[in-house]
Amino acid sequence: MKWSKKDLLGIRELSKEEILFILDTADSFKDISKRDIKKVPTLRGKTVITLFYEPSTRTRTSFEIAAKRLSADTINISSSTSSYVKGETLKDTARNLESMRPDAIIIRHSMPGAPHMLAGIMDSSVINGGDGAHEHPTQALLDLYTMREKKGRIDGLKIVIVGDIAHSRVARSNIFALRHFDTEIVCSGPPTMIPPDIETLGVKREYDINKAVQGADVIMMLRIQKERGGNSLIPSTKEYSTLFGLKKEHIEKAKKDVIVMHPGPMNRGIEITDEVADGPYSVILDQVENGVAVRMAVLYLLTGREP
Amino acid sequence: MKILIRGGRLIDPKNDLDGKFDILINGATIEKIDKNIHEASDKIKVIDASNHIIAPGLIDIHAHLREPGYEYKETIRTGTRAAAKGGFTTVVSMANTAPVNDNKSVTEFIVEKARSEGFCRVLPCGAITRGLKGEELSEIGEMYEAGIVALSDDGKSVKDAGLLRKALEYAKLFSIPVISHCEDETLAKGYVHEGLSSLISGLEATPSIAEEIIVERDIALARYVEAPIHLTHISTAGSVEIIGKSKKKYKKITCDTCPHYFTLTDEATLGFDTNTKVNPPLRSRKDMEAIQEGLRSGIIDIIATDHAPHEFTSKDMEFDIASFGISGFETALALSLKLTHDGLLPLKALIQKLSVNPAKLLNLPSGELSTGKPADLIIFNTDIKWTIDKETFFSKGKNTPFHGWKLKGKNLLTMVGGKIVYRDTNIIKS
Repeated sequence: MKWSKKDLLGIRELSKEEILFILDTADSFKDISKRDIKKVPTLRGKTVITLFYEPSTRTRTSFEIAAKRLSADTINISSSTSSYVKGETLKDTARNLESMRPDAIIIRHSMPGAPHMLAGIMDSSVINGGDGAHEHPTQALLDLYTMREKKGRIDGLKIVIVGDIAHSRVARSNIFALRHFDTEIVCSGPPTMIPPDIETLGVKREYDINKAVQGADVIMMLRIQKERGGNSLIPSTKEYSTLFGLKKEHIEKAKKDVIVMHPGPMNRGIEITDEVADGPYSVILDQVENGVAVRMAVLYLLTGREP
Repeated sequence: MKILIRGGRLIDPKNDLDGKFDILINGATIEKIDKNIHEASDKIKVIDASNHIIAPGLIDIHAHLREPGYEYKETIRTGTRAAAKGGFTTVVSMANTAPVNDNKSVTEFIVEKARSEGFCRVLPCGAITRGLKGEELSEIGEMYEAGIVALSDDGKSVKDAGLLRKALEYAKLFSIPVISHCEDETLAKGYVHEGLSSLISGLEATPSIAEEIIVERDIALARYVEAPIHLTHISTAGSVEIIGKSKKKYKKITCDTCPHYFTLTDEATLGFDTNTKVNPPLRSRKDMEAIQEGLRSGIIDIIATDHAPHEFTSKDMEFDIASFGISGFETALALSLKLTHDGLLPLKALIQKLSVNPAKLLNLPSGELSTGKPADLIIFNTDIKWTIDKETFFSKGKNTPFHGWKLKGKNLLTMVGGKIVYRDTNIIKS
């Protein structure tokens, strides 16, 4: 298949074929990171900007490493170092960056739709690095990549997502991706964190985590989104950890070969115990590793084409 | 100066008139309505309305003219020019200007400005509470003397039920309606409707009940003090149901909705187009259909525009921080006629909701075509096809989600007090 899209704004816009095409492309990039010399000339002469208005360790570093391993030049801008603090609008910042002719811009923003707005005014490829509670497409892609790598398939899996679904862009993007496959998706967490009518997205609702994890192939834990008012949805983090923190006893109710995922950053002792986070079924660091390969694939597909 | 409008189909629901009638205007008032008026005089101007409809001028009980204070969004001049183009002969201007219309000086300013610069009649709506703060009553009586025709804190509800009760009681002195914007601010924290679209977009959402709780409350308060209440820009199926039931028990309830609530759903917000950001938000398909049905059944009395013009930049930004509102004067008639074309609302009922019922609510002499009444009328055509182009708007606010829509039905001439304030020069030749 040939890639035709300029931007990656969300998983919802992607077909199943496009998702699989990215994952397959990522396969071919994964080895590069294991080599002694971790660099190929694929994107030499390309410029990639990361424009992050929200804090990030993993996503920003992962994109930067991915770009560098493909020999692209990278520039990082965060909200504290941008003209945002001087009152420049996002659109004006984007127009100014565009004038410097970058090939791709990765934006993270607290407001849903911010990347879509930029995509409408920029010729460069816009990649959504997380927009509010809306989407985080590369996270979902690396999650699917990890599931496929560890389980050998995506079809037939039971995936349980636990936590603040209402405010989670990771949950949304994963749901949009996973529903293309023959999967059972269960959302669990306190009712205040599960939006009404979530079933219309093709998922099940099970508030009781003990029931939700039964027979699960994948358990995906989410953190409480304090920056989006997540704390007001529960009486206390202590109570949340008692009721919804992932513990060894939950793992025992799942399939024997269950894998535990977390998009990070983890709040140890709240949504996940140390024992589980560091246990043999945890693939949390594999996710991070795969993130680089998946982002290399995305950068390559979006900017690597000849004009 | 006399004007004779000849050959048109005249629809006047108030007098139950629908047929081919000529109408003679003498000065500011209607002199005669009859079949084939022959007036031989050099000083008579004849307008040929063949193939068109003559109806009482439209009356918008809910609009934002932005002046004083926000002249970069709209002025009384540009707003009334847009209103006249859309077929409105009277508009009610909401109080959320800067300064707020909560005292007679501001009311007098609006009245005077409209008199000297307005293309149509402007009737100011006074703020219920000082500064729209919801804390103490405005000087309602003084504003009434200066010309307000209604009271509203539009933009928000009066949070304090005790204070709203006092306003409802006090307004009885002047027999003016209280127009209630129904929104519980503790529930309405969002930018879009809480439903399938917000589930997908992740935008902060406001549920239907934020409106319905206040609809229930305000009706209960009005009923208790036996005051009339008008509920504005109703957007949900639940509100229609509550109002329908309440009207059976209490007669002094009226309500309106706006064209966007019977034309669009929250699906329109999925592309993050800030022109779809409006308060209350565009609701679900079920809600939209209930609004259409409410208009048909008569539960919803009035169609208002909630004309909310904005300058380009306040919409040209992230959805979360963009301003709420739709520029509505120049699309309202055609969008309403879409209901008629779709078989959802007969033409007569449409004119009732856009003219007769608003006149009744505000106790105005217009809203009908009778001898001796003000010559406030429009000539329009239900079948002319046109494409909405925001660049051609007379309003400063180009913020419309309907840009590019192909619609059927157009206003061709607007007359206010016998004066032609708008004419489609391509169709109505002088």
